[in-house]
Amino acid sequence: MSITTFVIISIIKSVAVLGVLLTAVAYSVWLERKVSAHIQNRWGPTRVGPFGLLQPVADGVKFIFKEDLTQPHVYKPIFIAAPIIALVFAITSISVIPFGNWVDIGPWGTYLQITDLNIGLLVVLGITSMGVYGVALAGWSSNNKYSLLGGLRASAQMVSYEVSLGLSLVGVLIITGSLSLRDIVDAQRHLHWNIFLQPVAFFIYLISAYAETNRTPFDLPEAESELVAGYHTEYSAMKFAMFFMAEYANMVTVACLATLLFFGGWLGPVFGPPILQMILPVLWFCLKVFFFMFLYIWVRWTLPRFRYDQLMAFGWKVLLPLAVANIVVTALIVAWRA
Amino acid sequence: MFHLILFLFFGAICVAGAVNLLVQSHPINSALSLIAVMASLAAEYLLLGAEFVAAVQVIVYAGAIMVLFVITIMLLNAGKEERTKGSRVAILIGVPGVLIGGVLVAWTLLYRSNTQAVPIGALKGDPHDIARLLFHDFLLPFEVTSVLILIAIMGAVVLASRPEAVARGPRKDAE
Repeated sequence: MSITTFVIISIIKSVAVLGVLLTAVAYSVWLERKVSAHIQNRWGPTRVGPFGLLQPVADGVKFIFKEDLTQPHVYKPIFIAAPIIALVFAITSISVIPFGNWVDIGPWGTYLQITDLNIGLLVVLGITSMGVYGVALAGWSSNNKYSLLGGLRASAQMVSYEVSLGLSLVGVLIITGSLSLRDIVDAQRHLHWNIFLQPVAFFIYLISAYAETNRTPFDLPEAESELVAGYHTEYSAMKFAMFFMAEYANMVTVACLATLLFFGGWLGPVFGPPILQMILPVLWFCLKVFFFMFLYIWVRWTLPRFRYDQLMAFGWKVLLPLAVANIVVTALIVAWRA
Repeated sequence: MFHLILFLFFGAICVAGAVNLLVQSHPINSALSLIAVMASLAAEYLLLGAEFVAAVQVIVYAGAIMVLFVITIMLLNAGKEERTKGSRVAILIGVPGVLIGGVLVAWTLLYRSNTQAVPIGALKGDPHDIARLLFHDFLLPFEVTSVLILIAIMGAVVLASRPEAVARGPRKDAE
């Protein structure tokens, strides 16, 4: 492949993935409102378009035209940079997520993935770990006690749960023997999904992922009953929308990772004419990701919030030892078989 | 060629961040410059072909250690530091010392060392190679280092906890 076709294909892939991601983010907000409404026996958005489907567009327009307040007491450079940091790192991590197999379009072929690195999983972990700064700096630069408490809680919580999140993935890595997300999916062919081999790791991953993305029952950084709105108390208009988008983009990334690592990624029954064979894997991938997004929302509107000491004790005293035990057992079994 | 331009670009960011780290008077700005230094170092590793080291650099230094720095600064609510004129000893001895040291290091690297500079993209960055080095060739030093770090953690915990709290045993009201 010449360098020109490579650049053109890369640009097309990046634009397409970014477009799909941002649309998915917008519509998961719609889904959240709709599902929460039905859980609470309400209708949710119904006025804007059929089933309220144009609500995300209306929300976007509203966010753009709202007054963008910058309070006099904030530390301005970081106050402005924080939402950008949060959003940029939330979006970047999608670049190594594979969402389908090899496809041939005319004379060219490409993997359905922006870039395939042999350390793909580590890149995702690295980028998401940088996302803490957006929240922490927002809390600090707002110069407001609620924001600061929210930012501190968020960074402590994210650092704590990142440990068990990372360790829960080690079991999968021991079985697969590769850090490339594509290899991990390929190792799960014939329904050898990691969820069956590593059920404990999956539940540790799921719980830590909820804490990492600051979702209920772990949404203490923005616990509205005690901290007003936590780290984004002082933010309005598009800056607030950026935090909002970052949260949902992180949810999408975490759901993608859960699909890839434990539920066989794009693997599923493939049949029919070539065009269908090309589309079906992407469809399976999207369906699995949708399931996890739905689960996120379902959990949020079902479970109450933890207390902060419960959260920390659970992370360090339950999840972490469990993750370590899982690694030891997995390593022993793999070594015994080999 | 393209790689070389990127390498120089990130090198420049790295040096600029390091200088900015010293110049800034607000601790949080210094911490942020240090993060920029760490991140551009990771980019340099990536360009040299050491992908695994680059990822670990980001995860450990930029993602974990610097988060602790930032949390500490936030908790202490450290304000701007005051400017002093600097000590005369530092100017008289320090500046020439740094200059001589820099010249010595550059001279040694250029003329007196037998090691070759690594060409761009030539490092073995494959996780398999690194795992073999860590868990096979250098297993003992690796494990000894981990024990050393464990001892350091325990030491830090003992130093950080107040003596009367240690004498009383674990706190009952924390449960």
